[in-house]
Amino acid sequence: MTQVPISWFLTLSAVLFALGVAGFLFRRSIITVFMSIELMLNAVNLSFVTFAYEYKQVNGHLFTFFVMVVAAAEAAVGLAIILTVFKNRATLNIDDMDSMKD
Amino acid sequence: MDVVLFLIFAFIAVVAAINVVVQTHPIASAVSLIGVMGSLAILYLLLGAEFIAVAQVIVYAGAVMVLFIFVIMLLNAGAEVKRGRSLLVQLLGAPLLIALLGLLAYFVQRIFPRNVTVHFGGFTGGSAQAIGRALFTTYLLPFEVISLLILIAILGAIVLGRKELD
Repeated sequence: MTQVPISWFLTLSAVLFALGVAGFLFRRSIITVFMSIELMLNAVNLSFVTFAYEYKQVNGHLFTFFVMVVAAAEAAVGLAIILTVFKNRATLNIDDMDSMKD
Repeated sequence: MDVVLFLIFAFIAVVAAINVVVQTHPIASAVSLIGVMGSLAILYLLLGAEFIAVAQVIVYAGAVMVLFIFVIMLLNAGAEVKRGRSLLVQLLGAPLLIALLGLLAYFVQRIFPRNVTVHFGGFTGGSAQAIGRALFTTYLLPFEVISLLILIAILGAIVLGRKELD
């Protein structure tokens, strides 16, 4: 067998997505939470490219391209927000950023 | 051959992704995330997505992660402080996550039969030419809108990064 079933790619994508969710939910450092979001976006990109292969169409690649652009913009704005929060509060722990809770 | 390539890089991707979640120091997480993105670029090549593979390396592994590491070093972010979690999280967190993964994998295996397979060279429509043609014909409006989005993001980052903001 020299060919890879397409479901393996999708399963890998699911595993990476679940790990991203785990990092997003379990971690306490805001930077690591942000990186987990990037991990989830990458997992979704992999399934887009896999579907592009399955249907032999380039549209999936275009969606991946747009996701990459949005992720880059999100990283720029998100990291600027993290910098501002750190400047004002001197903490990176998301448990300490709870002023909207009360 | 394709199976070996897939297994090697899928293994690297999964191990690095676990490392992203498990490491307590943000720099270690960031370097592991670069590993995930690099091995995903190889898998994109296997799927015939040349342009996306190169863009993955340049944009994600290059630009975005450098930005992350810049911020980590700028903030001098140390290891995460361990803090007790509630009993509910300790008991239910991991099992629910494994249930989510199992559900996703189950539906993937059910919906996608094994007769659709991937081999290198099976799809050659992912070249820069094909993507450029689609980008400037079918997806012209989204392309222009996304350039506006980038502009707004740049302005937002500048405004947020200004010193007098408090």
